[in-house]
Amino acid sequence: MLESLGRYEYSLYDERESISWPGGARVALWVAPNIEFYELTPEPNPSRRAWPRPTPDVQGYATRDYGNRVGHMRMMRLLDEYGVRGSISLSTALCEHHPEIIELCLERDWEFFSHGIYNTRYTYGMDEAQECEMIEDSIETIRRHTGQDCAGYLAPALTHTEQTLDVFAEAGGIYTCDLFHDDQPTPIQVRSGKPFVSIPYSLELNDTIVYVVNKIEPRRYGSMIKQAFDRLYMEGETSGTVMCVPLHAYQVSHPHRIAAFEEALRYVTSHKDVWVTTGREIAEYYMAHYYERDAGGRQGLPREEPGHAS
Amino acid sequence: MPVEASYLEYAYRRYGMDHSRYAWSMLTDRVPIAWPDGARLAVWINVPVQFFPLNQRGTPFAPPGGMVTPYPDLRHYTLRDYGNRVGIPRCLAALDRFGLTPTFSINAVICELYPRLLERLCVRGDEILCQSWHMDSLHHGELGKAEEAEIVARSLEQLRAATDQAILGWVSPGRSQSSNTPDLLAENGVQYMGDWINDELPYLFHTDSQDLVALPLSLELDDQFVIGANLHSEWEYADQIKDACDFLLAEARESECGRLLALTIHPWLMGQPHRIAALESVLEYIANQPGVWSASSYDIVQAWRNASGEKPG
Repeated sequence: MLESLGRYEYSLYDERESISWPGGARVALWVAPNIEFYELTPEPNPSRRAWPRPTPDVQGYATRDYGNRVGHMRMMRLLDEYGVRGSISLSTALCEHHPEIIELCLERDWEFFSHGIYNTRYTYGMDEAQECEMIEDSIETIRRHTGQDCAGYLAPALTHTEQTLDVFAEAGGIYTCDLFHDDQPTPIQVRSGKPFVSIPYSLELNDTIVYVVNKIEPRRYGSMIKQAFDRLYMEGETSGTVMCVPLHAYQVSHPHRIAAFEEALRYVTSHKDVWVTTGREIAEYYMAHYYERDAGGRQGLPREEPGHAS
Repeated sequence: MPVEASYLEYAYRRYGMDHSRYAWSMLTDRVPIAWPDGARLAVWINVPVQFFPLNQRGTPFAPPGGMVTPYPDLRHYTLRDYGNRVGIPRCLAALDRFGLTPTFSINAVICELYPRLLERLCVRGDEILCQSWHMDSLHHGELGKAEEAEIVARSLEQLRAATDQAILGWVSPGRSQSSNTPDLLAENGVQYMGDWINDELPYLFHTDSQDLVALPLSLELDDQFVIGANLHSEWEYADQIKDACDFLLAEARESECGRLLALTIHPWLMGQPHRIAALESVLEYIANQPGVWSASSYDIVQAWRNASGEKPG
């Protein structure tokens, strides 16, 4: 096991060369709806139980199913209203289970990126060939059902191996959402040496973490989003920042939560110098303009010299 | 630990659900539901009448609201019993003051333990539905079918005999079910259940005999979830219920399809003297919104059947 992750260079926030977003925007704002499928009777994983209660865990399953039956349409209406195109973190089996939802996202020209096949199939315990098969299956499923080349990855249920980033980059991906170390994009070293970047996907503003883990009230979530935005907007005057709002329709779309969220969304999108965009567009823009400068020729993992003790 | 090859096989990766209990359907694709008298929002107020045993087994999990400390947990036992003595009259006075209709979901053992309480509830004439035997008689995937069948039959028989009501509705302790629960409920004459919280309108739920109606009993708006589990204050709770009421009324108006607000009010929780004013403020707010229809859960199920044309298969 690694003691340090060793995938990115150390860099202090206020000592970097600056980033300018398109149109002089201070903040690149992206909203990432997780569109997920959780199985009622998933194959057991030796390292993590899918559900706290014995199968069938009706409460856990039905909580997630609510997102697909009720929640997505509510969220779509809101994002339409404020001119936000979603960047979907997709359990790709949902293409097969609920193609109607995929169709609605396609009509809106939303981005699809891979969040594995099911959110109840964890990467723990997969060997590299299995992880590669799972990731390639998810990418191929997105291509077949949406015509899009998958650019980003958020590992299913945030379960990883040491090779996850390498495998995804080799499968053709260009950005990861799995790293939470920064408010700006970061070049990520992968073993193939391919250009690969981390795009901030704020776990702290993720509605599930907010409501379920931190047990935060709906109106306070709205204030948190506004406060985060105000700070990133202020600092973005010096160098462009990234703000992500990761969402789950089974959380934020509940009737006691969505109005408070809408108020926050209205607030952040009403500012002038905001680039309302998608994960892929941020990654591509950063790759085209800053990747080489910031990576400083340090693409790829440091290779061991022959004879060098490891 | 490595995973087996089967971990990358997906037997139910197909159109629709990964089980055959109900059809895949989005709320926005439903037949427009009109509630009686042109109401837009049906309000189901579920008032649980519960018994938490002191000698709780707590397997395979402790029932929500159950005993916490080593035996004997006098603290939680008596705090829950508070609801059956003090909390209930206080909550009922609040409901009556604003003309709202409760439905009682009763643990059948209450009939033996507190006949006077049952009498008080029966005299009111409000609908009673069954919440199994007591809060520690959990329905779950590791429970044998014969044992569960006995619990279901015994609970319904006891409640039917003691109340003189048909008892057509069911809520499981902790909204927990086994894969047999829906079949056993249907066999025992239950017509609808509240455990599946995946929707905001009723829908048909298949069993190996008659279909049930799933009438989703919101967990997210349950007082025990908001105040007990999330530790939000009683006034935060009040804000959330009012926001939900406003949102659902607006959505019902815009979509021209009725909506359901399903609230659970535990007398042992909201019936505490420092919380009752927050509950009263919620009830007053709901009662004063035009377009609200406060009804028993069975009346809501019947109105949905009539409006949707969905008949049990």
